[in-house]
Amino acid sequence: MFQPKRPQRELKYEELRIYTDEELNNFSEEELKDFKIKHDIPALEELEKGPWPSFVADAKQEALRRRKLADDRVMIDRYVVEDLLGQLELSFKDGETHWKHGGIVGVFGYGGGVIGRYSDVPEKFPGIAHFHTIRVNQPASMFYKTDFLRALCDLWEYRGSGLVNMHGSTGDIILLGTTTEQLEPIFYDMTHELDQDLGGSGSNLRTPSCCIGKARCEWACYDTQEMCYEMTMHYQDELHRPAFPYKFKFKFDGCPNGCVASIARADISFIGTWRDDIRIDQEAVRAYIAGDIVPRGGAHRGRDWGKFDIQKEVIDLCPSQCMWMEDGKLVIDNKECVRCMHCINVMPQALRPGTDTGVSILVGAKAPILEGAQISQVIVPFMKAEPPYDNVKEVIERIWEFWMEEGKNRERVGELIQRVGLPKFLEVIGLPPAPQMIKAPRANPYIFWKEEDVTGGFTRDIKDYRARHKR
Amino acid sequence: MALSTGKFGKYDPQNPTKDRITDIGPRHYWEFFPPSIQKNYGKWLYHEVLEPGVLVHVSETGDKVYTVRCGSPRLMTVHHVREICDIADKYCNGYVRFTTRNNIEFIVDSLEKVEALKKDLSSRKFVSGSYKFPVGGTGASITNIVHTQGYVHCHTPATDASSLVKAVMDELFEYFTGMTLPAKVRLAVACCLNMCGAVHCSDIALLGIHRKPPIIDHEVIDQVCELPLVISSCPTGAISPDKTPEGRKTLKIKVDRCMFCGNCYTMCPALPIADKEGDGVAILVGGKISNSISEPKFSKVVVAYQPNNFPRYPEVVQTVKKIVEVYAADARKHERLGDWAERIGWEKFFEKTGIPFTEHLIDDYRLAYDTFRTSTQFKFTEAAWNVSRAAGGID
Repeated sequence: MFQPKRPQRELKYEELRIYTDEELNNFSEEELKDFKIKHDIPALEELEKGPWPSFVADAKQEALRRRKLADDRVMIDRYVVEDLLGQLELSFKDGETHWKHGGIVGVFGYGGGVIGRYSDVPEKFPGIAHFHTIRVNQPASMFYKTDFLRALCDLWEYRGSGLVNMHGSTGDIILLGTTTEQLEPIFYDMTHELDQDLGGSGSNLRTPSCCIGKARCEWACYDTQEMCYEMTMHYQDELHRPAFPYKFKFKFDGCPNGCVASIARADISFIGTWRDDIRIDQEAVRAYIAGDIVPRGGAHRGRDWGKFDIQKEVIDLCPSQCMWMEDGKLVIDNKECVRCMHCINVMPQALRPGTDTGVSILVGAKAPILEGAQISQVIVPFMKAEPPYDNVKEVIERIWEFWMEEGKNRERVGELIQRVGLPKFLEVIGLPPAPQMIKAPRANPYIFWKEEDVTGGFTRDIKDYRARHKR
Repeated sequence: MALSTGKFGKYDPQNPTKDRITDIGPRHYWEFFPPSIQKNYGKWLYHEVLEPGVLVHVSETGDKVYTVRCGSPRLMTVHHVREICDIADKYCNGYVRFTTRNNIEFIVDSLEKVEALKKDLSSRKFVSGSYKFPVGGTGASITNIVHTQGYVHCHTPATDASSLVKAVMDELFEYFTGMTLPAKVRLAVACCLNMCGAVHCSDIALLGIHRKPPIIDHEVIDQVCELPLVISSCPTGAISPDKTPEGRKTLKIKVDRCMFCGNCYTMCPALPIADKEGDGVAILVGGKISNSISEPKFSKVVVAYQPNNFPRYPEVVQTVKKIVEVYAADARKHERLGDWAERIGWEKFFEKTGIPFTEHLIDDYRLAYDTFRTSTQFKFTEAAWNVSRAAGGID
């Protein structure tokens, strides 16, 4: 159905692997129970207790495995994990981090994808003297085949610390900790053998991410994976080579539920929506009312909330009050609907989004640094989103052009809009103003009229004025 | 075709651009979809949460696809990833998925396989006794916490993340494996105001904060930092040029203008801000991302500071637990934490949770006025009587 933009190398772990089965199972549970790392870590060992998965207990597994691998089977310090735990324990004791500030490292030709990191106590923890991070661009919505994951594990155990984040905040697979020397060999194998590229960092386009979309969700209003992949591929240069005032993020949510948090976290949030009517199955509505179908797909099964009450749980909670019961049928005044998803969330077997679908485009979300946190604001209420997405790319590029021209160093696009004003931004982007873009019209009358707005312009003659009005 | 071995592998350090491959992007997603997902792509009719951690998605083709969701610590080793792969190979033909909240999802095609998988997942424990793959995190639950790097890998944190998450999730574990809450409750941890974890729209956010101004490393600052950039990086204009007694260029900080954001340290390594006594955790609540019922909104600071009491952060953990318990008992079905707090009123939120309201919780940054109560619609709580007494309005 969907095709990559180029033929991809097929991955078979058996062909790619570095480690033998014996090496992968090189310690016993008994050994692990008795294993002590080289540093004293009482605070961290406390975190091995309790039901939630313990990263400390896991890290010890890798520490033991590295102890037992032969010298030529790990290319960085075998004690890297033990030293990381040791430094973490010291950080707890000191109440301060022990990583130095920054450090510019990377792979040739890229300005992002690697984050330099150096310990400030390397004499105590030589294994993490260099501990650089590599961001690996995750596949859209983070489905994997184990061949890929196992090969990546071998590569990373051999040339890195064996520690990863599945996944980082922006979506990448994060490979935590290697030396400067190993960066290029890792990149070489990643591109040549795994047919896989790095993600973004610094003042680049950051790795785009998307929700699970049509892969396993009935509410996706467009192909989030396809659009995420296309935008990632189309903007590879922007992703790898910093040319922006600051970071820039795209996120693709299939519906207004926003599972990938685009409205809070993306400079451009693409949120699926529809412009026709919510589809209703009246028989299913009756089944919900009768208690034959469990509401909200059973999300509340853990407590007895009593019988489902459509009036109380759906109709009265509708933010635009656009639905009611009439002759045993649920009626929705779709013109008044704001597509909040609540009724659909509660009665998924009776209600579905419409079929004339597209995206709403919102701009400007960010965390507090510098000017305070922002949630994205509407700039395009509805847009068809179909390959090759030329209409969307055009909007993106107009925004970038303005931001690269006007944006100050480390100014996110949402802050730029605040600084220059939304009317100015709309003018530059070429969009007409609409009430959908605001919560309410301004309450102050301080309008920045432009000369062309006013009949006769701004130039006036004081003599003319004085001819009518004495001093 | 194998991954290379040896110090540099197939990479030739003498000839770095030889055969270089760049700009190829990620692997294409379609090859990673299990056949059942490929077949039913875009054809889903509805889904159901059968029990905590178990979803069924029903397709118009008649297919039913079952997902078993389990938690992960996000920070994991390749050893753990390989164990995930072993499970995926055994039950899921080698396919596995991760969620945006760091959960792991195994997809199977029958209820029998769900049972076998669940049993297997629940039986796997670390030698210290923690679950490796706790099943849950669906529906009206507390699912996995999204978080940042903390002391594990970051140079600007005000707290640690992995340990804080572990401490909180151990205490709230029953909410992960159950679905007893009025609505989902999304937790997030960010270890400083940079918020790589973008916690600012979470039901409950734990945020590392600094409380002491930066120390100025006068000896090196003019060599390692661009002073004008540092000056302009301060959102409150607290930093200005200065000279040392020896006449060396440096900076000075107007301490009463510092809001401890740490942005200057991001710009300049000669302004370290972290401090054992100064740093700690703020608790923010009531944010959301979904557009459902109410609009997306920011989390609000309800506890300005609690100490970094490593490794278990008892003060933070108990406050979070208290908030969750009060919310669970008091909110209506489908009502998110922020919607509940707004319905009952923030004065009632503080009364019911017993969290003291302090001056630190009143906004005095830009646009603070938007948060002031400009009406006579409020409820009387003990906090109100305290004011009345202080003003001499009542005895």
